[in-house]
Amino acid sequence: MSERETIITVSHLVKKFGDFTANDDLNFEVYKGEIFGFLGANGAGKTTAIKILCGLSKPTSGNATIAGFDVYTQKDDIKNSIGYMSQKFSLYEDLTVTENIRFFAGIYGMTRKDIKIKTQQLLAKLELEDSAKKLIKDLPLGWRQKLAFSIAIVHSPKIVFLDEPTGGVDPITRRQFWNQIYEAAAEGVTVFVTTHYMDEAEYCDRVSIMVDGKIAALDTPQGLKQTFEAESMNEVFIKLARVAVNN
Amino acid sequence: MRTILFILQKEFLQIRRNRAMIPIIFIAPIIQLFIMVNAATLEMKNISICIVDNDLSSTSRQLTNKFSSSPFFKVTGNTFDMNEARLQIESNKAQMVLNIPAGFEKRLVRENKAEVQMLFNAINGTVAGIGNAYANQIMMGYNREVIAKWIGISKNMPTMKTIEPIPSFWYNPDMNYKIYMVPAILVILVTIMGMLLASMNIVREKEMGTIEQINVTPIKKIHFVIGKLVPFYLIALFMLSFGLTIGKLVFNVPFVGNLGMLFAVACVYLLTVQGIGLLISNSANTQQQAMFVSFFFMIVFIMMSGIFTPTDSMPQWAQIINYFNPIAYFMKLIRMILLKGSEFHDIYKDFMILLGYGVVMITLAVMRYKKVSN
Repeated sequence: MSERETIITVSHLVKKFGDFTANDDLNFEVYKGEIFGFLGANGAGKTTAIKILCGLSKPTSGNATIAGFDVYTQKDDIKNSIGYMSQKFSLYEDLTVTENIRFFAGIYGMTRKDIKIKTQQLLAKLELEDSAKKLIKDLPLGWRQKLAFSIAIVHSPKIVFLDEPTGGVDPITRRQFWNQIYEAAAEGVTVFVTTHYMDEAEYCDRVSIMVDGKIAALDTPQGLKQTFEAESMNEVFIKLARVAVNN
Repeated sequence: MRTILFILQKEFLQIRRNRAMIPIIFIAPIIQLFIMVNAATLEMKNISICIVDNDLSSTSRQLTNKFSSSPFFKVTGNTFDMNEARLQIESNKAQMVLNIPAGFEKRLVRENKAEVQMLFNAINGTVAGIGNAYANQIMMGYNREVIAKWIGISKNMPTMKTIEPIPSFWYNPDMNYKIYMVPAILVILVTIMGMLLASMNIVREKEMGTIEQINVTPIKKIHFVIGKLVPFYLIALFMLSFGLTIGKLVFNVPFVGNLGMLFAVACVYLLTVQGIGLLISNSANTQQQAMFVSFFFMIVFIMMSGIFTPTDSMPQWAQIINYFNPIAYFMKLIRMILLKGSEFHDIYKDFMILLGYGVVMITLAVMRYKKVSN
């Protein structure tokens, strides 16, 4: 593994809000093109960490580089190299499918001509040609999520952050969504994903599990199951999370 | 620059799709102008008067006729009982009572003087004061006629001439209150668009969660703010033109001054207003909060702006507050330009203050606007 190219490096990262330590000395690396699962119970500090990695929030101490850019000083470069899709719905509901694609592609600096080509490609791939002129609010949730993911990587970012991307969608759509993730990873996009679905954790190349602001475990799903003598990721998670509760 | 164009395109699409916006842009000016201008008048007509004539002589009847034929008064009651008349005032049926006691004519003939009583409902001091002035004028006119009649000389006799000032009312010769109010309503409309709707629009992105998505993009905050404010800036200017057109066509508001200069003032004014709107949106998390805070400022600013009462007659402390009231400047300047035809050198000082204010507010707001949390 170690000979692979790292794209995210986090060392001794700390984030405090007053007395509360949301991220306590995080250390990890993410390799180019891998699907990195970022797990943790609610309130474990996942969202705080993602915000720092996306350049939305400054760490209290420690270092992190994203695609070679420093989180303290090169926020704009980071923002140009990443895509982001949040648990909250992030498309404009009162704009059509095409208008959403055009807007997000446009603000990432794509030319009008490229946007047109890309829009056609996206619509064809998602089989949304007939709905191109529909408003987002008139689309079913599953379609919106798939479109939101496609738009998050419309500008071909090096890394895409997915913050609980599949919340509230049915299993079939989740499966399709993960196919999209695999496709993106195959094209070389690094995927950094948080989720509460443990079956999804099994799809990841490597998984980290956060407990109380610390990374309690980090390995391949296979490795984790062996270490914790568990049948499934679900069991691994519960074993680790129980430690947190007992504390 | 390209980024701003993409944001503007998105904003205009969203504004067009917002069902409330088209009515606000087109219907609100019409309704506000028609209702407020016609209703909010200080012109006193039809002051209801209750007449208590216990004399019932030809002289007393002449006097009451003077009141009933005046356009300012409307006789709403006739009684012989003062208690009844007082009840009318108490129940708001009459704003004024004219009491002519029995023996009025007799006393006038025998003693050369007689008394009448006038009572006013002064719960609204202005109405009572103006009513009193009108009534006094009628009494004085009547007095002269009586004197002329009893002395037996023609009222056209040169000796009867008194000093009579003939006022000439500048800038609004017909004392038409409507053309005074139309510019004021336009100020309010422009302010609502620039402050309230702009701030609500920005907060809407927070409410919908899309601001998070915007924040992870390389959009610079200045681009985002410009993209958010420019549409409302333009719509506000459009509403001003639309309102001016209605003002001209329906209310025949004179455009004495230079319209280009008026728009220059509006452009500068909008900077301040949008700056305040942006500051509000910065601290508000929901559209409701933004609306309440905007309304608070707008109501205070509007009430103190001289919309109804001249700012010059306000107490010193209020005038000091008005130095910081952008609406007061625009209210003053729009009337000066439209009705008075003021030139640039007349408004130079206020214009420069407004410009400085605008630059400071918008800079402050943009600087304080946070794209990055913590």
